[in-house]
Parts: sequence; structure tokens; C-alpha cells
Amino acid sequence: MANQVIHTAINGQEHTHEVEPRMLLVHYIRDVVGLTGTHVGCETSLCGACTIMVDGQAVKSCTMLAVQADGAEIMTIEGLAQNGELHPIQEGFWECHGLQCGFCTPGMIIAAHQLLQRNPNPSEDEIRHGLDGNLCRCTGYQHIVDAVQYAAEKMQGSRERKEV
Amino acid sequence: MTAVAGPSRMIGAPIKRREDPRLIQGLSHYVDDIKLVDTLHCTFLRSDYAHAEIKSIDTAAAKDLPGVVTVITGKDIEGKVGDVPCGADLPGLKVPDHPALSIGRVRFVGEPIAAVVATDSYIARDALDLIEVDYEELPTVVDPEKAIEAGSPLIYEEFGDNIGFTMPLEAGDADAAFAEADHVVSGRFVNQRLIPNAMEPRGVLAQYLPGDGSLTVWSSTQVPHGLKTNLGLIVDIPEHLVRVIAPEVGGAFGSKLNVYPEEIVVSYLAIQLCKPVKWIEKRTENFTTTIHGRDQINYVEIAVKNDGTITALRAKTIADIGASYQLLTPLIPTLTNLMIVGGYKIQNVKVELIGALTNKMATDAYRGAGRPEATYIIERIVSMAAKQLGMDPKDIRFKNFPQPEEFPLEIATGITFDSGNYQASLNKALEIVNYDEQRAQQAELRQQGKYMGIGLCTYVEICAFGPSAGVPGGGWESATVRVERTGKVTVLSGVSPHGQGQETSFAQIIGDEFGVDIDDIIIVHGDTGRQPQGIGTFGSRATAVGGTAMVVAAGQVKEKMAKIAAHLMEANPDDLVFENGQIFVGGSPDQAVEFATVAGEAHTAANLPPDTDPGLEATHFFEPSNFTFPFGAHVAVVEVDIDTGEIDIQRYVAVDDIGNIINPLLVNGQVHGGIAQGLGQALYEGAVYDENGQLLTGTFMDYAIPKATHLPRFESDHTVTPSPVNPLGVKGVGEAGTIASTPCMVNAVVDALSPLGITQIDMPMTPNRVWQAIQDAKEGGNG
Ligand code: FES
Ligand code: FES
Repeated sequence: MANQVIHTAINGQEHTHEVEPRMLLVHYIRDVVGLTGTHVGCETSLCGACTIMVDGQAVKSCTMLAVQADGAEIMTIEGLAQNGELHPIQEGFWECHGLQCGFCTPGMIIAAHQLLQRNPNPSEDEIRHGLDGNLCRCTGYQHIVDAVQYAAEKMQGSRERKEV
Repeated sequence: MTAVAGPSRMIGAPIKRREDPRLIQGLSHYVDDIKLVDTLHCTFLRSDYAHAEIKSIDTAAAKDLPGVVTVITGKDIEGKVGDVPCGADLPGLKVPDHPALSIGRVRFVGEPIAAVVATDSYIARDALDLIEVDYEELPTVVDPEKAIEAGSPLIYEEFGDNIGFTMPLEAGDADAAFAEADHVVSGRFVNQRLIPNAMEPRGVLAQYLPGDGSLTVWSSTQVPHGLKTNLGLIVDIPEHLVRVIAPEVGGAFGSKLNVYPEEIVVSYLAIQLCKPVKWIEKRTENFTTTIHGRDQINYVEIAVKNDGTITALRAKTIADIGASYQLLTPLIPTLTNLMIVGGYKIQNVKVELIGALTNKMATDAYRGAGRPEATYIIERIVSMAAKQLGMDPKDIRFKNFPQPEEFPLEIATGITFDSGNYQASLNKALEIVNYDEQRAQQAELRQQGKYMGIGLCTYVEICAFGPSAGVPGGGWESATVRVERTGKVTVLSGVSPHGQGQETSFAQIIGDEFGVDIDDIIIVHGDTGRQPQGIGTFGSRATAVGGTAMVVAAGQVKEKMAKIAAHLMEANPDDLVFENGQIFVGGSPDQAVEFATVAGEAHTAANLPPDTDPGLEATHFFEPSNFTFPFGAHVAVVEVDIDTGEIDIQRYVAVDDIGNIINPLLVNGQVHGGIAQGLGQALYEGAVYDENGQLLTGTFMDYAIPKATHLPRFESDHTVTPSPVNPLGVKGVGEAGTIASTPCMVNAVVDALSPLGITQIDMPMTPNRVWQAIQDAKEGGNG
């Protein structure tokens, strides 16, 4: 099959590339666009290391072809901090020691981002269920749960401040 | 002048990690994130059969595929590169050839046969489908007990049997003790095969520069230095022209403590092609061809007196070592022998260990490496003995612990425990969990037909590998400490952390030593080009051995700085204090000079004291006098649903004594992660090969590493018994959780089901297995 031209906006920046129709989205992001913060842990949609946001939905980018993302707005881990300021979820992971080797972390943070969008005040149980598609071999998850709770509180606080 | 604040002790503080900002923003570089211009991509063709003769390999069609640069087989590199190395040296060990690409015969599924190099990784994968291999299947053996029987198919005909080695161990007179025993308690335990599954698969990128003849290899490894020396010898490049870099490494747990065929082949190809060559492991390859762990069958019996005193232990262990040896394969089960009496004063020991070759991937060091097996054996059999004698499982433990004043304590297997207070850690754990209340509640629930269980594990393990006599290739560690001209501190360490956080904890130690801000210190590791000699990170050794090397080197630099500062202030160097970025005379803080000023003077060198060379740098190689022996007590409280076999973990309490603690935040992380992996073994994980040697659990779908919903919240606490074998007083924490939690959980579940007469459930204790055990017990009870 002939190569196809795709247009994407990744972390607010426009990209146009010609890609092989069989190329996985995760490889497009890592190897063509050059954003290597998104990781590949299994290539079979089971580990979550490759999780990114596509049009507002958390997606395992090893399960999508690059051509399917034509016209999409994408956010990767590199796009989460704004103006040099960490996102509260990133801050939570740092404060609560939510990572060790860091390989699962970008996917875990993006999954947590989606979780908190849907449920700004999750219980511990809801956090654990919300992160069920993301594997971490290092932490035993407890500090990850703490990190998400930290972020939820912080985000709640800033929402309340805005409302005042 | 402002008053000088008290010493800013960073040791012991929960300082958040300096590694994290890059990791949480996706700005770090694992091997696959390193992109060199013109890089070629390598893939491996691997055996589909567990045991077969290779009749022929036809690579012509693959070579013709546009984009393919070359295809090589074992024959192409025969005699040109050395074998995959095994560092173990046991008496009578039979060592087979281990070519990087198999020649003539394959012995396990996944064994590499050919390597393809192409301009693009997709093309390289396409080419694999075009290689034709003509196999002639051979009989296969996967069960280690069958493998050592006469008449089994032979993995290596030249050996005459499948026994790679035997290792007996005898101390005291076990047979006599058994003859006099009031009770003999026995069991057969299966420590199932596990697959480490670091989340970052392995990966190698090699670059050869023909101009200067240098080879640089980026590898996801725990042992860049060992890899450098070995690779140089194997691909025939002098060691001083080889540089190995372990960049960001995404977890390892022992699985990257090795020299793998892919590291050899990719390096060879880079040299031949004079272009960078990269290979990134697929998860399926990680399952089949990165080392596996555990896999022992243990027949165990202990001799016990009526009062609970254990007088002797006899055991026979069959360790499944797989089809070939990786770096430490045969050594791992020998650690089980060493630690088999656990934390109990058992004087008479008789152990037989057989290393069985089978048509499976090699086993090697996986988190705990031999000690989880030992701990499982002793902690299960001691709990079974308590049951048989009608004792509380805590009491039989107290009965057999050594007293704190008996340390250092030489145990029957010939090693010397450095320090310990086993009573204190068990008492603390019992207190935290409210043991007596839990037992009372258990009795009440049993009345209601509910199955609550309480499991104990009091472990001791062996860490800080170690004296060089006990580690192939050396057990020392090196560090260089340099104070730069501007007062910034650079530490170059031979350890190679991959998630443990020593960029932070080591900086805490150095910060206290020099009295400088942690942000003025960097810890460089994992690069043989910057710290040429080192050993690496494994066996919970980095802080105890590598940290000590660093502290000694820092002390030498500090002494020199004191001399220079004293010269500048006309003071006595012995009176000087390093604090808050200053060096001042103790008791009169007005008499001070900036740390950075002294660093500048040392390099400007115009006003140095007599007999003082310029510069501020020291290197130290630290050789520890002994291992360290962390210990502790874990308690699990569970409830088992006997209709479904499901296990609900209600409490998990861990009291670990790891000596002094540098950073409690990082220690908690290690403890949690360790417990998670141990519970993974107890409850979920297990590598299964069918009788043809096909791995049935080769994806995350079939091999269940714990998810967030599978695990409880852990309650972690400590007692502190410093180690006397290093000046930091640290012991090591990387493996404790994994070692303790597995038997702890099995003890809890068996305790829950003991009213049904259940005394053993093999791991992983999946609901199905537990349910089956309940059915069997009920039927047995009825019949
Ligand atoms: S790499 Fe996509 S889920 Fe594992
Ligand atoms: S931090 Fe290593 S896998 Fe999660």
C-alpha cells in the first residue's frame, strides 16, 4: 500500500508527514516526530506504557495506526507541563515518590489525567481501578495512588480558588 | 556575621528524588530513545522448537528484500566471536558451549538462530518471515525431576545426563539429630518459575568508529563494567577501546545482570558494518529469552523437640537451570543452600542440591536470587511445625531465634551474620498488627464459618554482595569524588542504579560529608567512559558497598580541603567543620572560608600548603569485609472465600531492619515494590511450559504481574540495627520485600484454611487452585 500523508497536532504543534499505512501511532510519535517520552512496553495493548491523549481520550498508542490519527489532536507526556510548570499530577508523582525506574510513568500519568478528568475526587479504590490498564513493576502502586490523591486535592483546591 | 545553623543532616531525610523531573516529563533517555544518524535495525530469528537439529537455514530471500543490509547465522560468526559467558565456577560444573547464535542445535524456544539487519525495524521484521529453517525435532524434557532420571532425553549428549552440577552441604550431624527427634515435620515445596518482566524490555545500540577503533555500546544493563570487559574479549576489541553506557534503565530486578547474546551480536554487527546498529527487545522476546527466576523443587524435613526447638534440617533441592547458562545461572540455587536455616539456630544441616538441565530458558538472578527460595522453605516448614506441635507460629520463632548478644553469629552453613535483633522486629510487627486481637477475631470468625488467616514470616537475607571471594569478577565497588574548581561536587560511581534513586541518596550522603547543598552535587553512574572500573547494582549492594567507596573517597578529598583551608586561615586542620557551604573553625564560626574558595585555591594552586598537589580528586575501591544480613518480620491478615477461592488481603505489615536508613521515602518505595513482586509469586505469577517446551505464558495476558487492584495498602515500619561491616551502618533493602512476602502470604492462606485440614497450597495461589484445594480437603474429609 502506498504511503499516506497525515496531519496531526501534537502538544499544540502541527505536523505533516508521509507514513506507511502499517506504522503504529506510537512509532510515529517516537521515531518520526521524535517525542520519546511515550514508551513501548508490550506493543499488545496490555501494559499502558504508551498511553497518550487523542482528541481528549486516553488511548494506548500501540493499538492505533498513525494513519488513524490523521486530523487528531494529541497530547503526550511532553505536553503536560505548561510554561515550565509541572502539572499537579506530575508534581504528585514527584512529591509522593510515585515512580522508580520511570518507564511506566508517562503512561501512568496520562491515565491518571483521564481518570481525574472523569472523576475529580476519586476514592483509593476508584484510583486503583482507573489505573488497571497500566502496569508498574517497581512501585507496588501505593505511592502512585498517593500521587493521584495528591493531584486530586491540589486540582480541587485550585478549582475552588478560581471559583472564589 | 550570621550565626551558623546546626548541621544539616540530609542522611535520614525523606528528600524527594532528583531523578524525577526528567522522568515525569518524558525527558529522559532509555536505550530506544537514543537516536544516532544512519542507525541500522537488528531483529533476531528465534527457535520455534524446544529441542531440534537445525538441518539448514536459507537466508537468500531475506537478504534480497529491499532495505535488508545483511543476515547472519551462527556459522557466519563461529570462531569470530566468543561464547555467551558464565561467571560461575562450581566444583564439577559441566559447562556447555554457548554460542551467541545457535549452531546445529536449538535447546529452548526463543533461542536466537539468525540476525537480520535492515534500514528500518519494520523491514527487519518482514525479513524474518523470509528465512527458511529446516528443523528436525528431538525429544524434549521440561520437568526437572524427569530430566535427571536415567533415560531422559539429553540436553547435551556429551554430558551423559542432565545434571549440570551437584552441591552438597553438611554441617553437624543431621542424621543423629533426626534419630533423636520428638517430631519430624516434612514437606515438598515448589518454587515456581517466574519471569522478571522489567517494564522496559532490553535493548542495545552499538557504534563502532573505525578511525580510532572504539566501540561504544548503550545497553539496558545493571552491569556496564562487566559487560565492557566481557564484550571486549568476546568481540576482540581491547577493553580500553570499549565503552558501555547504561543510560536510563527501566527496571531490571536481576534480569539485566548479564551478558546476553544480543549484546554480543549487535556489537559484532556494528563493527562489521561500521554503522550504528540497534536492537530493541519485543515483550514476547522478553518473556522467552530474558532470564527467568526461581524454579526449584524442595523436599524438606526438620527435626523438632517437644518444646519447639529445631535441631536439624535435611533438604533435597532440584533446581531447574534451563538449557544453557547465563552469567550466574548455576550460582543462584547455591545461595538457597547458604540461607536455608533462615534466622534460626539450627546446628545440624544436610542438604543436597542438583542443578537440572531442561529445554527451557536459563534461570538466573531474579530479585532475591536464591534467598526467596530458602526463606520459603524455612518459613513454610517452621509454620507447619508450629501447627503440628500445637504452638503459636510466633512462639516457635521466638524459641529458635538467636539472642541479640550472640552477633556476629556464625551459622551452620558457614557464613557469619553481621548483626541482628530478630526479637525486636517480630515484636514490633506483632504490635502493629495487633496480633492477639487478630487471633481472637479469627477464633470468633471461625465460629461464624468464616476463614480468616494470619501469616508470619521472619526472614534474614544476605545482601551487599559482597566480599570479592563470594562474587565472580569481584565484589568491591569504586567511586571517584571530585570537587571542581567552582566548588561543585562530581561523584563518579561504579554502581548502576535503574530506579533505586542513588542520584538522590548518594547526594544526601555527600551533602552531609562536605556540608554543601544537594544541588551542588551530581552523581554520575552507568558509564564506563567516566568511571572505568566498577561492579554494578545487584544483590542490594549499591549503598553498602558503592556508597562506602564514595564516602571513603570523599573523606580523602575533605582531608585535603581541610589542609588547604587551614593554611588559608592559619588554623589547625583538625579543628575545621564543613557546613552550609563553608569551612570554619569549630567553636568560632567567624573564622571561616567558603567551600568554593578552597576549591578554587586547590586548582589555582598559587597558595597551597607545602607538599600539597593541585586538584581535589580521590578514587577509592572498597572491599567489604563481610556481607550484610538484613532481617525482619512480615505479617499478613487475609480472609478466604471458600465458595470462590478468592483471597482478600486485609492487612499487610512489614517491619524490616535494613540497618541505618539514608532516605525513608526511597526505602518505602523499595519495600513496597519488593512486597508486590513477592505477592505476585504467591498469588498470580507462574511461567508455564507445555510438555513440548512451548511457553504458554508468553504475554501479559497469560502471565499475571500484579495490577493496582490486585494489591493492598502496605504498612511499612522498621527497627534499626546498624551493620558493623561498613561505616554507613547500612544493610540493603532492594530484595527484602520480595523475600519475605511470598511465604508470609502462603502462611496466611494456609492458616485460614487449616480448619479444613489444608496444610499446603502450591503457588501461585489462584482462586482456582485454592478452590480446588478446598474441594479436595472436603472430599478427603468426607471420605
Ligand atoms: S506498549 Fe502499548 S500497551 Fe504496552
Ligand atoms: S516505575 Fe518502573 S515500572 Fe513503574
